[in-house]
Amino acid sequence: MNRVVITGIGVYSCIGQNVEEVRDSLFKGKSGIGFEAIRKEMGFRSALTGILPVPNLKDKLHRRFRNSMPEEAEYAFLATDEALKMAKIDDAFLDNNIVGILYGNDSTAHAVIEGVDVMRQKKDTTLMGSGSIFQSMNSTITMNLSTIFRLKGINFTVSGACASGSHSIGMGYFLIKHGMQETVICGGGQEVNPYSMGAFDGISAFSVRENEPTKASRPFDKNRDGLVPSGGAATVILESYENAVKRGATILGEVIGYGFSSNGGHISQPSVEGSARSLKMSLKDAGISVKDVDYINAHATSTPIGDMFEARAIHEVFGDAKCPVTSTKSMTGHECWMAGASEIVYSLLMMQNSFVAPNINFETPDEDSAKLNIVSKTIEKNIDVFLSNSFGFGGTNSSLIVKKVK
Amino acid sequence: MSNEEIIEKINGFLVDEFEADINLITPEASLKETLDLDSLDFVDLVVVIENNFGFKAKGEDFVNIKTFQDFYDYIIQKVNQPA
Repeated sequence: MNRVVITGIGVYSCIGQNVEEVRDSLFKGKSGIGFEAIRKEMGFRSALTGILPVPNLKDKLHRRFRNSMPEEAEYAFLATDEALKMAKIDDAFLDNNIVGILYGNDSTAHAVIEGVDVMRQKKDTTLMGSGSIFQSMNSTITMNLSTIFRLKGINFTVSGACASGSHSIGMGYFLIKHGMQETVICGGGQEVNPYSMGAFDGISAFSVRENEPTKASRPFDKNRDGLVPSGGAATVILESYENAVKRGATILGEVIGYGFSSNGGHISQPSVEGSARSLKMSLKDAGISVKDVDYINAHATSTPIGDMFEARAIHEVFGDAKCPVTSTKSMTGHECWMAGASEIVYSLLMMQNSFVAPNINFETPDEDSAKLNIVSKTIEKNIDVFLSNSFGFGGTNSSLIVKKVK
Repeated sequence: MSNEEIIEKINGFLVDEFEADINLITPEASLKETLDLDSLDFVDLVVVIENNFGFKAKGEDFVNIKTFQDFYDYIIQKVNQPA
């Protein structure tokens, strides 16, 4: 079995457009949430969203690449470019080694709708343009990045709802651990446009605290009223420990545990039992006890039901261990398909810089969150091991454990 | 629309949409080679023609278009063709 390490991270999110900016935002507890007026005109219950600019890649990529890329692929390109540079993986390495990609994504709403609008209006398919098909497929991120970076290894998209990014890292870890790949680009991307979030808004999942955007996402707080949608992309470069050492790469952390489960129940309602199984499986895979975990990055999205179930699952598994718990979604909103990957990046930044980022807006505990050690202000703390949860619609659960390599 | 206006419009979208170097666009130059067009690019050429001139070019129309001048002539002829 190979040890699996992280040698590069990259991120493009509403709390920063690179690792450095994101680290500062996490430390300061800065929210990336705002109000997007167009959503009200479109009939949204809530116009709250993570706010981030769509990048301009004209100077970075040939028009033929850009033509096939929806916004989520653009975010993923920037995050991956940053992560590869951090990992010191250059063009020559990519050309001479088998590097794979597994990236989480679960929608391409904007590209699909724009393409179909042309077809409906003009009664013609050619006029949809050549980029529409490549932008519209759910594997758009992996097909674009594998082309841009000339990748020759594993190459597919992981669609596991809001656990997509986490499962992508879990699957990359599995392949490297078992010797089937040496290096895999993992991550998650999420479109932020209103088209992608209308139906989610329609089931009343979003916070309507529109008069206080930065206070709207309040995981575990008694007065939470829903999540705030967000997005961007985050990339994690995984490789075998042996390969990383041989290359002289800086090792940022080691993935030591992956747990997963399916609730086998309701399509949107989580379960304590299913979540707890994922947590326990990751601990067993890592070969550690709950006392070894220094920080839990919770999935908690700020919905009344979801946070309650997760609080109960964490309490069931961790008991009175009192490990610090925060949901960085309090600052970022719910980054959905990206979240499982971005939250590994956020937690790694905390581990590297010895702090726990706050669960902002956690003011009043409820019966379940009161049993956890939820940190509402930044604390300085050495983190040797962290655990990150991701849960998604359809009852898909993923838990990852990362350890500092000393 | 005069022929000069049509040519100006064509060069405009070739620079904007296909990021062509205006200095390389000469009547005798090869359209395909100068713009480095592949099969997918021809689909997008059909799209920009429709957006700018309101007619849909067919794939076979491009068979005899070799130079920029051929391309200009083709568009001019289609634009001036009675509906």
